[in-house]
Amino acid sequence: MQRYIIRRFIEMVFVLFLVSVIVFTVLRLVPGDAASVLMGIEATDAGLAQLRHEMGLDQPIYVQYVFWVREVLKGNFGISWQSKRPALFLIQRRFPATVLLTLSATLIGLLLTIPLGILAGIRPFSAIDTFATTFALLGIAMPGFWLGLMLLLTFAVWLQWLPPSGYVPPQDNLGDALRHVLLPAFTLGIGLAAPLTRFLRSGMLDVMNQDYIRTARAKGLRTPTVILGHALKNALLSVVTVMGLLFGSMLGGAIITESVFNWPGIGTLLLLAIQQRDYGVVQGVVLFVTLIFMIVNLGVDILYAFLDPRIRFA
Amino acid sequence: MNREKASPDGQRSYTIIPHPNEFLASLKRLVKRFSRNRPAVTGSVIIGILLFMALFAPWITPHPPNDQYSDQALQPPSLQFFFGTDTIGRDIFSRLVFGTRIALFVGLASMLLATGAGVLLGLVSGYYGGYIDTLIGRFLDALLAFPAVLLAIFIVAVLGPSLVNAIIAVAIVYIPAFGRVTRANVLSLKEKEFIEAARAMGAHDWQIMLQHILRNTLSPIIVQFSLGVGYAILVEAGLSFLGLGVQPPAPSWGSMLGFGRNFMTQAPWLSTFPGLAIFVTVLGFNFLGDGLREALDPRLKEAYR
Repeated sequence: MQRYIIRRFIEMVFVLFLVSVIVFTVLRLVPGDAASVLMGIEATDAGLAQLRHEMGLDQPIYVQYVFWVREVLKGNFGISWQSKRPALFLIQRRFPATVLLTLSATLIGLLLTIPLGILAGIRPFSAIDTFATTFALLGIAMPGFWLGLMLLLTFAVWLQWLPPSGYVPPQDNLGDALRHVLLPAFTLGIGLAAPLTRFLRSGMLDVMNQDYIRTARAKGLRTPTVILGHALKNALLSVVTVMGLLFGSMLGGAIITESVFNWPGIGTLLLLAIQQRDYGVVQGVVLFVTLIFMIVNLGVDILYAFLDPRIRFA
Repeated sequence: MNREKASPDGQRSYTIIPHPNEFLASLKRLVKRFSRNRPAVTGSVIIGILLFMALFAPWITPHPPNDQYSDQALQPPSLQFFFGTDTIGRDIFSRLVFGTRIALFVGLASMLLATGAGVLLGLVSGYYGGYIDTLIGRFLDALLAFPAVLLAIFIVAVLGPSLVNAIIAVAIVYIPAFGRVTRANVLSLKEKEFIEAARAMGAHDWQIMLQHILRNTLSPIIVQFSLGVGYAILVEAGLSFLGLGVQPPAPSWGSMLGFGRNFMTQAPWLSTFPGLAIFVTVLGFNFLGDGLREALDPRLKEAYR
């Protein structure tokens, strides 16, 4: 197990290196260069040359990369060109809102997935299974931003049950915070629940046909014990493998959902930075979110190896 | 010519000598399986309608997509304007029909790019193995290390918002999917006897890769392609919704939706119909992809319905 973790960790460091090369390369593709974007229309030739020198843009590309990586490793993910503050500082301020949104969405997603997936898997082709597969099918194809707008229109504009946008920190007023997070979290949660229901259903379906389930039944165990104790545990294995992947699509979806509901998280920070052509912050958000995604994926892999010994010794 | 045929016990065997009658028979079986598959047929019908709309847009729309009827701004759906009008009096229905062209173009173009690059990387990586495989594999891992939508937004943010840049961004995001599928198949194929036979007959590496291996890897690539088109349309719509994709006045569904969100209370039809169009289109390609998967690989039937 230890060896597996160490191997996965070394792999991650190597991938991290390639990720940094990709981010660095893409950033060099900015039309013009960083100096001309920074100076804007007031740029003069002498001023540009001066700034390029200060930013190290007149150095060879690999020297620029080494400087850049050194800064990133020191924890400098970029400096906002607008406010001159470190990007990490801006991210830190908006991070709690994004965490609240993604955690609530995960909770809603799992609350929908687990009963639907189990019931559909143990009663294939029944009414509940038809409902679950239809839900998964529609949920996967539905654009999250459209679903968000429709929910907003129904529950905030017509019925006026919930606030249309905005964020209240949970430590200020928990009830109000929950009322505000409900619509965006539901929007994002559907995007998670739809594919996950599909995986849990087919996982349950697979497991229920295994010999050890028949054995458990033959031993005279009661159905709930068989389903929850024997089948679900193994069906969840197939769900764990895709959790990491789905977490990535949830992070992407969060950017768009935050925009729909005016949610002051990292996603709206990124979009604002893009509008202002503030590539210091863009770089910071991309690095930060990708790092979180990679750590979560590593965690999922380790969890999976822990749950399924066949992976560890492969 | 090599061909793959499924024998009754689900095992695959490979024959080197072609036999036209057998080929026709297996094609017939495929069509039969496909036409019995309800989702696949539904998907084909949806995509057929979309293609019809894209091809004949000027003849089936009541108004030109960019004509402004300024005295008819923000009209609700009516017989004159089926889906209503926008803030400067353009017909939403006509714009939606013309938007089909953009959606299909983005979906197909980005997937063709991604397939080309991904399949090439997967072939080389799986066939040569060794450090080439490690290098390409880690590069694909690195692309997968980004949340997909974030990577697309990042690329478009740097290159600037436009139709072409959106296509490039979506294509790059989708390269690893094709790379991995191809590589996995190459690995299982390259040890087969017919590859060895081809090599013994003096076939060149490229000849083996393209003529013998790629041809037997086509089914999963086709499935991936179909699912990918739907996904690409969804991502492009998201980018355009955020103002990072297709720019106005082009009638892209995503940007129509993004524009309409500011008028949700007065004119909900501005966002409702473009969203439905995206939804139905993506659904169509997903149906087709799932159906193709079942038709091409019947062993998966239990897992997906």
